[in-house]
Amino acid sequence: MNALSDGLSRFGGVYPLPVIIGVVALALIGNPSTWVTLTVAGLAMGMMIFLMASGLSLVFGLMDVLNFGHSAFVSFGAFIAASVLAAMGSWLTGSSPALNMIALLAAISAATAFGAASGWFFERVIVRPVYKDHLRQILITMGALIVAEQLLLAIWGGAPVPVARPAVLEGSVLFGNVAIETYRIFAFFLGLAVYVCLYLVLNRTRIGLLIRAGVENREMVEALGFRIDRLFIGVFMAGSALAAMGGGMWAGYQGLITPALGAEMLIIVFIVVIIGGLGSIEGSLLGAILVGLVANYVAFLMPKLALASNMILMMAVLLWRPYGLKPAVMG
Amino acid sequence: MTSQTRPNDTVSAPAMSRARVGRMIVYGAVGLVGLALLFAPFLFPDVRSQEVAARICVFVVLVASYDLLLGYTGIVSFAHTMFFGLGAYGTAIALKNMGPGADAILLGGGAGVLAALVLALLIGMLSLRVKAIFFAMVTLAAASVMMVLASQLSQFTGGEDGMTYQVPRIFSPAYKLLTDADGKTLRLFDVALNGKIALYYFVFLSSLILFLVMARIVASPLGTVLEAIRENELRAEAIGYKVVVYRTAIFCIAAVIAALAGILRAMWLKYTGPEVALSFAIMIDILLMVVIGGMGTLVGAVIGVVIMSLAQFYLRDLMEIAAEATSAIPLLPDLLNPERWLLWLGVLFILLVYFFPAGIAGTLMGKGGAK
Repeated sequence: MNALSDGLSRFGGVYPLPVIIGVVALALIGNPSTWVTLTVAGLAMGMMIFLMASGLSLVFGLMDVLNFGHSAFVSFGAFIAASVLAAMGSWLTGSSPALNMIALLAAISAATAFGAASGWFFERVIVRPVYKDHLRQILITMGALIVAEQLLLAIWGGAPVPVARPAVLEGSVLFGNVAIETYRIFAFFLGLAVYVCLYLVLNRTRIGLLIRAGVENREMVEALGFRIDRLFIGVFMAGSALAAMGGGMWAGYQGLITPALGAEMLIIVFIVVIIGGLGSIEGSLLGAILVGLVANYVAFLMPKLALASNMILMMAVLLWRPYGLKPAVMG
Repeated sequence: MTSQTRPNDTVSAPAMSRARVGRMIVYGAVGLVGLALLFAPFLFPDVRSQEVAARICVFVVLVASYDLLLGYTGIVSFAHTMFFGLGAYGTAIALKNMGPGADAILLGGGAGVLAALVLALLIGMLSLRVKAIFFAMVTLAAASVMMVLASQLSQFTGGEDGMTYQVPRIFSPAYKLLTDADGKTLRLFDVALNGKIALYYFVFLSSLILFLVMARIVASPLGTVLEAIRENELRAEAIGYKVVVYRTAIFCIAAVIAALAGILRAMWLKYTGPEVALSFAIMIDILLMVVIGGMGTLVGAVIGVVIMSLAQFYLRDLMEIAAEATSAIPLLPDLLNPERWLLWLGVLFILLVYFFPAGIAGTLMGKGGAK
């Protein structure tokens, strides 16, 4: 087993996994243009899931707080983005790409701002009193999720809400004989940009240094005189904002959203965080892309198995690495 | 020596007596509930009340078995309805395909219980060795897959619609349990002694037996070890108990009991579908019931189930009145809409976890059940 691990780490550890899966899928699918379409869809989906999962993972890593209410930010983000897009009306559907993009950015910013604000409220009111008590944390955040979902139903009603997409991102781009939806490309690059930002903040700034140190050993950082709770509320707000942003993007991707969206995404986000390992954004990215790719490939190859594919992937990863592929701290 | 009282006894005397009064209230209430359930067919003869009584019986078992995990051992699982559903679906599929008979119940229910046991063993061994939070996520994922499976494999499970079936003749309302001189169904206190009564008492007695079994488990050395694991996992391990083995064991026991409760539910309702046996709403109900009643107290399960079941029926009526009274104010009627009862229950749940983490029974009995 050790020899195997050594061999693996020489080829980049667990990072080439998506590539391996992609190659296997290419062999199974056979048709390259179908494969490209599926891969792009998988990558775009993975990036949106990464937005939702990264905050959850960081919050857990830094403060040992698992927020079952995390998906409430996702669904609120989705609905707020949908409402803003609907309110933009002609800006969105008009022929000017600049106005289109402004409308989309406004929707996403509204969702993100709401995520940050509600994250602050959530941390102060819901999570703060139950630090270091996992059982009550799970119960309380679960209760908050129930309340949030019911509020969603009370405000937007139970019927599915259609989401308008900006005209500039409608349709697809042709590369040879492969058609790729523009929105997917946009989603992929937005996710990539967020990842790069997160990576730079975490690895190149002083705050990032403190966050990483806090994930590794919280007591030591506190003993050195840093107010880790202030740091934490910032991370919590950022995580919630990212979740809401992911929700907003997801709303545009799906085109039709229901209040059940939060519960569905919660499971996927959990699977991603488990696969990736808690506390690391690299792990979250890896897990999200794996989940996105596998979900799309399996949906094409074996539609019957599509819904269980994420679960099987998680089981396989857990059997191989009980703490996930790339946890920030072992154990 | 006997006349001497140790200092800490005298200090905590008022607290002790308060706890004793609380204990009496709790056990009195539970006794009353038990008596009410025992005579339910005669006290509340209408159909709706009987449904509530049977539901309470089954849910007491289900919630108490969940309390074995959450309250006694400190395991957070979201897969409990999955085991409940396995028992219910096993029974339902066998009854539908083999016709009404005791053999179908035994075979189908047995298969359901076995499946629950195997799954619990797999999940337990795979993920109980890692952190509590990890386990909660894994069970959530497993339960959601089971829900998807139940709606996808519609040729076996009836999909979203579920399925209806017949139960053995002795449990059908047309069956005459006792007949009078004219050959008609004998009536006792104006209640016909038909198969429906037989079914109710079958459900009631099975639930009672299962509840007593759980009370025995909790009082046994196994129960003590479980509480030790809840209080301090490292110390329990250091003393020499294999924490993973004990956790897996209680997870399997709770799964089996939940599956048995599922069999009872399937037999009583003569219908099984995702809404009544598998949905996440039931899981939330169970969670609320355990926490409201009191984690770590089996009698708390009884109190939680009764309060929640009554609330589900009467809170809606109350909210309807409130919604009409506030219809002039924007948004407020929406929030008070009877459909939104879960919203207020959720708020109540959060407040309870904050201020009374031991729940109603735990607070009254002066026992810090949850930690």
